[in-house]
Amino acid sequence: MIELKHLTKRFAQHTVVNDLSFRVAPGEVLGFLGPNGAGKSTTMKMLSGFLAPTSGTASVFGADICSQTLKVQRQIGYLPEGAPCYGDMTVRGFLDFIAEVRGFRGAQKLQAVDRVLAQLELEPVQRQTIDTLSKGFKRRVGLGQAILHDPQVLILDEPTDGLDPNQKHQVRQLIKGLAQDKIVIISTHILEEVSAVCTRAVVIAQGRLVADGTPFELESRSRYHQAVSLVSDEALDQAALAALPGVAGIEQNEREHSLTLLAKPGEVIFPQVNELVRARGWAIKELDVERGRLDEVFRSLTRGEVA
Amino acid sequence: MSQLPVVFKRELASYFATPLAYVFIVMFLVLSGVFTFYLGGFYERGQADLAPFFDFHVWLYLLLMPAIAMRLWAEERKSGTLELLMTLPITRFEAVTGKFMAAWVFAGLALLLTFPMVITVNYLGDPDNGAIVTAYLGSWLLAGAYLAIGSCMSALAKNQVIAFILALSLSFLFIVSGLPMVLDMFSSWAPQWLVDVVASLSFLTRFSSISNGVIDLRDVLFFVTLIAAWLAATAVVIDLKKAD
Repeated sequence: MIELKHLTKRFAQHTVVNDLSFRVAPGEVLGFLGPNGAGKSTTMKMLSGFLAPTSGTASVFGADICSQTLKVQRQIGYLPEGAPCYGDMTVRGFLDFIAEVRGFRGAQKLQAVDRVLAQLELEPVQRQTIDTLSKGFKRRVGLGQAILHDPQVLILDEPTDGLDPNQKHQVRQLIKGLAQDKIVIISTHILEEVSAVCTRAVVIAQGRLVADGTPFELESRSRYHQAVSLVSDEALDQAALAALPGVAGIEQNEREHSLTLLAKPGEVIFPQVNELVRARGWAIKELDVERGRLDEVFRSLTRGEVA
Repeated sequence: MSQLPVVFKRELASYFATPLAYVFIVMFLVLSGVFTFYLGGFYERGQADLAPFFDFHVWLYLLLMPAIAMRLWAEERKSGTLELLMTLPITRFEAVTGKFMAAWVFAGLALLLTFPMVITVNYLGDPDNGAIVTAYLGSWLLAGAYLAIGSCMSALAKNQVIAFILALSLSFLFIVSGLPMVLDMFSSWAPQWLVDVVASLSFLTRFSSISNGVIDLRDVLFFVTLIAAWLAATAVVIDLKKAD
């Protein structure tokens, strides 16, 4: 259990994290969202014990991040932004160092390092110095150092930033695999990632919490939630569609003869639309019900408007 | 305390990961040879001791120790590994001391490699080897003082060159504070005790008796205290400047 209590961080006059409070329970993968400069990294730096909060505090499984920093740091694995590693060390040398710092010795150390090398498919490069590796490998070395001691809490600051789609997929699979009974906190500004791996999303803007819910709940705050998109070969009778019960509005899409019907909040319009299409005998090529658009919710939330 | 050797080991190994370490050691050996034989007049003196060798260490270290120390923290800050190191379960004390010890041991290794000097003087005459050992220990202490200052300056700067220059300037102050021209500046207006304090801070005065093989407990205490104080300052600076 991680609990943030009125966590606040000020730099000079500038408040970066402002009175942040929430809890994360084991088994949750928390997506920490927000635009650049919203305070995501600063919050993570406080949780990992790198920065001290200006006021408020947080606890990790009962240990306070200010007064029991070492105890907290033993329980968490942390991947700082950009996955910094000692570039002049070899992959194995670096992981050996981390293992020793984490208190592993002898056979235990060997086992832990071998496990991580296998898990992240780093074996082929284990004798290379980290500086000579590609970005994807470096990121995996960073992840490896975070999971080496099999921590109860994983804090990953933009773990997939700058990776190619295959590598992103791989990292996400890894995070999903790890998450079973642990707490994972991932910061990101890639929204597809939230739908892909997170069980819960927390959105912050200007250091304040603006939304907290499952990705599905966030999507349902979109005005496109339950919207129906139609694509046809011929012109559609917009007036008839707009008159259907529950339809809040119609948007023309860029494609020819393509419309999106917006639903009124809380209503489902697909059956009515489908009925009308059948009654009129329109030739419909595509018919989609949208779950909602996260990017649109994200934009409206972080700009201070209510979705 | 248990993680100190881990930090120490990694740091020491990182010195030898680049050719820089070997270049440094060669530089040190060549320069100390030049100082001893040409400037110090080792042969001309006709005495079986290593005074001309040790006397120049105060100046030699002024240039070389900041070069060893400059990367200690500036490098970590620049590459972002400072955040990694500080979020591992290591205390500030372990990190600061472990890294310092690595630099100090590295300097000690370079110093040990000057052993041909000892062989030479033993071959040519009959020196007081006890005094030589004492002087070696004193020289190592002196190196530690320079390195502790360098460590703090490295924590202060993100750029290694700036760290080097800051450490060099500050160390220079610790040398010249014993010179008459500096003390004269103070003696005209400052009370005698302040002049004494300034004079007592000088590496030159502190080291001169040690280099002659005379160990005064007060001099040892001076260097040890100085090292501890600068390392404590390093820890404070790191805490203050972490967020930058």
